Amino acid sequence: MITSEKINETIFNALDEINQLLPDENKIEKKEDTVLYGAYSRLDSLGLVNLIVTVEQRVQDELGRSIDLTDEKALSRKNSPFLTVKTLSDYIASLLNNE
Amino acid sequence: MISPVNIKNQKIILITGTSKGIGKYLAEYYCGKGHVVTGCSRNDSEIKNDNYTHFLLDVTDEKKVKELFLHIRKNYDRLDVLINNAGIASMNHVMLTPSETVNKIFETNFTGTFLFCREAAKLMSKNKSGRIINFSSVAADLAIEGEAIYAASKSAVETFTKILSKELSAFGITANTIGLTPVKTDLIKNVPVVKINNLLEKLTVKRFAEFTDISNVTDFFIREESNFITGQNINLGGV
Repeated sequence: MITSEKINETIFNALDEINQLLPDENKIEKKEDTVLYGAYSRLDSLGLVNLIVTVEQRVQDELGRSIDLTDEKALSRKNSPFLTVKTLSDYIASLLNNE
Repeated sequence: MISPVNIKNQKIILITGTSKGIGKYLAEYYCGKGHVVTGCSRNDSEIKNDNYTHFLLDVTDEKKVKELFLHIRKNYDRLDVLINNAGIASMNHVMLTPSETVNKIFETNFTGTFLFCREAAKLMSKNKSGRIINFSSVAADLAIEGEAIYAASKSAVETFTKILSKELSAFGITANTIGLTPVKTDLIKNVPVVKINNLLEKLTVKRFAEFTDISNVTDFFIREESNFITGQNINLGGV
């Protein structure tokens, strides 16, 4: 069982990596309620693509598991798993712990 | 793992379909230039070179493809060039073509190309640079009878590559296609001579392609100076 703390840490590490590419005013806060997707996000569409790819790679490197964050299941959900850090973390937990 | 210091001046190149024909030639050609080449095919490889690593896989096997990319990321931490060469052909009249054949051709020629492009883009985007070269065919533009499914799969690759080039431009990645003409490889061994001659007659330069004609164009796309060339298709032989 991989804990939500561990998953959050992995997402925050990915955000650190993404933040290195962003100007100060656009840096993403490392908080559970940070909005990642939609009008209130500081990420543009390419930034979100970059984040998703980085999180997938970090999960592989840090948690030793291969996940696909953009499978049909994610894209067909009523509420996007990419909305906030928390929804992303919950979605990753469901992928990792329900396999 | 090869030290990143040692490979700084070498390109990390991935080529699909390297067990024979064009793919085997290109793998040996780029190894010979001192680059680090990873290849894959459904069959074993005869390539013997310290710079070459071979993976046994079907390009449509998503899990295996991901494992290959994980190997590249763990060992080299980057990918400079992807050449999507793997492909299958089948000639038949549309009215006599089983849907199974259509699915097989599209899975290998299109879905396989898509999978490798997607995973390569993930790796290349980290480096803000990369070259993707997909193989199309002059059959797509010449619209020759009997090649409807093969040509359609290659048209799909061309359109996909054009849009891919736009989506990846912000990441410093170029994506182009080469429209191949017949080369004397296994791919055309079962095609009647009259059909091949008919195709060659439609080219501006009426001859078979040599392997060097192909590496000439891949070299061009790979050159540092070609970072302004993207979303293009170069047809060999002139169409």
